[in-house]
Amino acid sequence: MSASTYRVVRSSRASRIGLAVGALLVAGLAVLPYAAGSGTLRTLISFLTLVTVAQMWNLLAGYAGLLSVGQQAYIGLGAYALWVLADEVGVHPFVAVPLAGLIVGLIALPTAGLAFRLRGGYFAIGTWVIAEVYRLVIANIQAVGGGSGVTITAASHIARATRQNVTYWLALAVAVGTIGLVYGILRSRLGLALTAIRDDETSAESLGVHVFRTKLWVYVLSSFGCGLAGAVIYLNLLRIQPDAAFSVNWTALMIFVVVIGGVGTIEGPIIGAILYFILQETLADYGSWYLILVGLVAVVITLKAPRGLWGLLTERRPVHVFPLQRHVRIDASGEIPPVSGRPRSACADE
Amino acid sequence: MDLLNNVVQGLLLGGLYALFATGLSIIFGVMRLVNLAHGDLSVIAAYVALVAVDVLGLNPFLSLVLVVPVMFILGYGLQRFVLNHTLEGGPMPPLLVTFGLSIIIQNLLLEIFSADSRGLDAGRIEDAAITVTSRLAVGWFPMLTLVVAVTVLAGLQLFLERTQLGRGFRATSDDQRAAQLMGIDNRHLYSLALAIALATVAVAGVFLGIRTTFSPSVGPTRLIFAYEAVIIGGLGSLWGTLAGGMVLGVAQTIGAQLSPGWAVLAGHLVFLAVLVFRPNGLFIRQAAV
Repeated sequence: MSASTYRVVRSSRASRIGLAVGALLVAGLAVLPYAAGSGTLRTLISFLTLVTVAQMWNLLAGYAGLLSVGQQAYIGLGAYALWVLADEVGVHPFVAVPLAGLIVGLIALPTAGLAFRLRGGYFAIGTWVIAEVYRLVIANIQAVGGGSGVTITAASHIARATRQNVTYWLALAVAVGTIGLVYGILRSRLGLALTAIRDDETSAESLGVHVFRTKLWVYVLSSFGCGLAGAVIYLNLLRIQPDAAFSVNWTALMIFVVVIGGVGTIEGPIIGAILYFILQETLADYGSWYLILVGLVAVVITLKAPRGLWGLLTERRPVHVFPLQRHVRIDASGEIPPVSGRPRSACADE
Repeated sequence: MDLLNNVVQGLLLGGLYALFATGLSIIFGVMRLVNLAHGDLSVIAAYVALVAVDVLGLNPFLSLVLVVPVMFILGYGLQRFVLNHTLEGGPMPPLLVTFGLSIIIQNLLLEIFSADSRGLDAGRIEDAAITVTSRLAVGWFPMLTLVVAVTVLAGLQLFLERTQLGRGFRATSDDQRAAQLMGIDNRHLYSLALAIALATVAVAGVFLGIRTTFSPSVGPTRLIFAYEAVIIGGLGSLWGTLAGGMVLGVAQTIGAQLSPGWAVLAGHLVFLAVLVFRPNGLFIRQAAV
């Protein structure tokens, strides 16, 4: 028998089916504005932005261990960056959305320098304080609307249907883009570094992983995503008030969606967002009892099923719609498979 | 403006913040738990006092006889039956559970007591003040708050230094595994730690209720102030926490003097400045961590 050769398999049947179904789903969602009414689009915009911010929080906390309770800072800053660009600078509002994301990413860089001085739970409250600082500074400056906020007038001049359709497409693009971004990151070297840090920070550092730089990248990217989402959300709402835009409820929402769906998976936040929307549609009339229920569900899941709904669903049969593992397959046939880019580590991730 | 007056009022306010912060500091010291529901638990204490005042007709100060034990028992139960189950597996589970609890508590209080602002009426002491000079008057109630805060802190210090249980707390705080090997029952010790922390928070909640009005949603602000006092003072030092609370109080009163909107912001900015220049806190030797 000839010497066995190997190849590295990174896809699975679930991922190939998932890709096909996902592509169909995205295509279907993309043509939806031609069929669906305004109310449906509004709901879907908030659903898609929720998926986005949940993915971003999951990347931050689930993969990099950065337990931020202050991501509302970047939603609010994204909203205000959109307003500044569209109303003050005169950039077209649709073009201003990606620019707003970039600006927020830039602001996140020095902010990280401050927040990273704290660890674990203290990092969490520290990020919250920083978000409060952004809120209070904006609320105290009359030039940016003060406590009563601002309206994105440049966007309100655009025909309503056009604005809503484009906002919807932007929301879809941002959601699909961030899922792709997270997937790409996790399959790359950065993803391996993150997994190593999550498992043991000290060991990872001793093996040459730049822990600080890796975390910084994740923090900035995650803030960029939240900034984009914030711009899209407020392109839809038009009226920005600092108390609402910088509300900690944004982060509460991200956390619940990720926890319910499954921390540390790409599938989790999507499942979580779907479930959250079903809960909301059926129980929203119960007001605070509904929030009590959401809180209870999150507590119970953390205690009893820490891998969330996706973890429960795939407990017996692991399904990876977004496979991150590298599987080594040994070929005994002697054929030389086209191995491109030898893996640095044959077995990684879980 | 009247700098001296602001500083004095700020120092007195710091006593109240220290009362809030001590509980947070104990919980973190003993079980490395950052409790995001800390502020909301203090609001529960204020509402328990409110019920005691309304239903039993107690004086708010006297209501402490009821509120402190209630919070003590609540703390023990919360740690024993919920939070002890979160301590394996890194900092994420306790954070998520306490954040969930925070949402649950706020909405339960909202459902029971409505969103209206309430207050505890302690009678004449609330307005009574000693006039030191024509520009400086010191209120009896803020002074009493500071005295109570110092008494509570001194009591805790004595407790930690002199008693068997206090030694258990310090041992666990130094090295959890080693303390366990020496025969300390973690689950019980942790539950007592949260019980004691919430007993101090009970005092803080009642004094807050007398000082100002409160509603179900004020918890997070209390958490943030307590946290800032702890970080400004330096982790792991009770008297540092008192000093941290005072720095925060002075920053807020001076900020409020500049413009009412800047009060809270000034406190935050001092906190951030400490983070940048003295990340281990103002009152800790910088070599120590």
